[in-house]
Amino acid sequence: MAMTAAPVSEVIGSGRTRLRPILGFFVILLLLVGLWEGYKLLSDATGGNIPFTETSLPVRADDRSMPHVTHIVGSLFEPSRRGAEESLGAFLLAASWVTFKEALVGFAAGAIIGFGLGLLFVRSSLAERGLMPWVVASQTVPLLAIAPMVVLWAGKASMPLWVAVAAIAAFLSFFPVTINTVRGLRSPSPTATELFRSYASTPAQEFVKLRVPAALPYLFTGLRVAAGASVVGTIVGELPSGLPDGLGRQLLTFAYYYLSGPEKLYAAVLFSALLGIVFVSLVALAERLVIPRSRRVPT
Amino acid sequence: MTTTMVGLRGVGKTFKGRNADTTALTAIDLAIEEGEFVSLLGPSGCGKSTLLRIIGDLTPPTSGEVTVNGKSPEQARRDRDYGMVFQQATLLDWRKVVKNIALPLEVMNLPPAERERRAREMLDLVELGEFGEHYPWQLSGGMQQRVAIARALALQPSLLLMDEPFGALDEMTRERMQMELMRIWQRTHTTVVFVTHSIPEAVFLSTRVVVMSPRPGTVAGIVDVDLPQPREFETREHPRFFVKLNEVRETLRGAGVD
Repeated sequence: MAMTAAPVSEVIGSGRTRLRPILGFFVILLLLVGLWEGYKLLSDATGGNIPFTETSLPVRADDRSMPHVTHIVGSLFEPSRRGAEESLGAFLLAASWVTFKEALVGFAAGAIIGFGLGLLFVRSSLAERGLMPWVVASQTVPLLAIAPMVVLWAGKASMPLWVAVAAIAAFLSFFPVTINTVRGLRSPSPTATELFRSYASTPAQEFVKLRVPAALPYLFTGLRVAAGASVVGTIVGELPSGLPDGLGRQLLTFAYYYLSGPEKLYAAVLFSALLGIVFVSLVALAERLVIPRSRRVPT
Repeated sequence: MTTTMVGLRGVGKTFKGRNADTTALTAIDLAIEEGEFVSLLGPSGCGKSTLLRIIGDLTPPTSGEVTVNGKSPEQARRDRDYGMVFQQATLLDWRKVVKNIALPLEVMNLPPAERERRAREMLDLVELGEFGEHYPWQLSGGMQQRVAIARALALQPSLLLMDEPFGALDEMTRERMQMELMRIWQRTHTTVVFVTHSIPEAVFLSTRVVVMSPRPGTVAGIVDVDLPQPREFETREHPRFFVKLNEVRETLRGAGVD
């Protein structure tokens, strides 16, 4: 049985492996939409209470708290604000592009700093012991508290505001890269390092031919997390910066005018989420180009 | 007139511990001549792997004198006089088989064409010619170990150090690999130092079996295996084979190893 089953599943798998993740994405999307709308239906049926009780549901489900999915999607095709020619969708797309560029700079800076720190920690255990607590502490500091300070410093140093925003994104994204770089560079077995020793290899050769290739799958795991983190960092950084064009500012504005158009805030949240997905997917694509299939960490 | 490939005089090794030091090896005297196939045989903890690592300059001895190819072990390592094969094949899984074999040649900075030529030659030597473009994970354990042997031989070393290279293989693959190794040894005339804890393996492969006893590790006796060369499948059925097996067993028992 098992002998014949294996090749069959392989044949099915090979044809659909490309489509399957995308299909899964839409199935989950439908499920989420169903849950959202189902919850609203339930609330309508019971007058806002948990069924058969007098206790109200934990989240109110009226159209102001939870607009219909159709309204949220529909709002994308309506003007972004009264009298504007541009649709909300196009408006948010432009804002996402601005945020993406800032996040990309932050991600790149974070990746370089993160890799550099990882390298330093592997080379010097003294540096690792001394610096690691501070690196960990940097990630537990509330970002919302330091973001305004960074913006202020950038202003004082008469740097463009987007630099401050990218710096905040880098601040969030370097950490996963550091952790994974350290793990990856240390991943070769003692036998593998002894093999290189037996070849009388230079430390540089061992680094380039053994440690770096061994670290790549780990590094990309770190980069994926960093990609998501850099989007979060950018949006949080945009809030106090007063930069008018990014997603952060739109989220703030739509939150402010929430009562007159709740679906706009939800639309902006949706775009933030999509931006994260796109960014992480781009990193996954790069990973695919760099690392052969057999060595990839399954997603 | 033969020359000494590996010379050990009064070699000892003590590992410093937190509470007490552990003596892994003491007073090892041994000379391995060029072209020999010598097995270091003994139970776990007799220091046979440590001794091999001392010869390969992967760990320093705490006492005694070691020469490899007439030099200090460090100089021999720097001159790439020996190739090393471990129990784990330790192939780099992002490199194709042929690139794995070429690895030591890359470290030597040989030109690419020369690397390719020698790697292919070694691939043919271990009869894996058509697997050059495969990745290590596509090969069986025995094939991976053959690639590891090809990689060690790519340096054309005068000495091959093997640390229980077939220890992780099943019995059938193991016997095939022993035949394979005999064939390669016949063709390359490389001196081999082979660590194992299998008595039949040591007797089948070796010209001499160095029997070691533990706590502390030392040479309990040396058995000359004067079985006809080349060793073949039938060697294992040779009456002398059983005589030699028993001789090794007696030496082990005489050293208090059961």
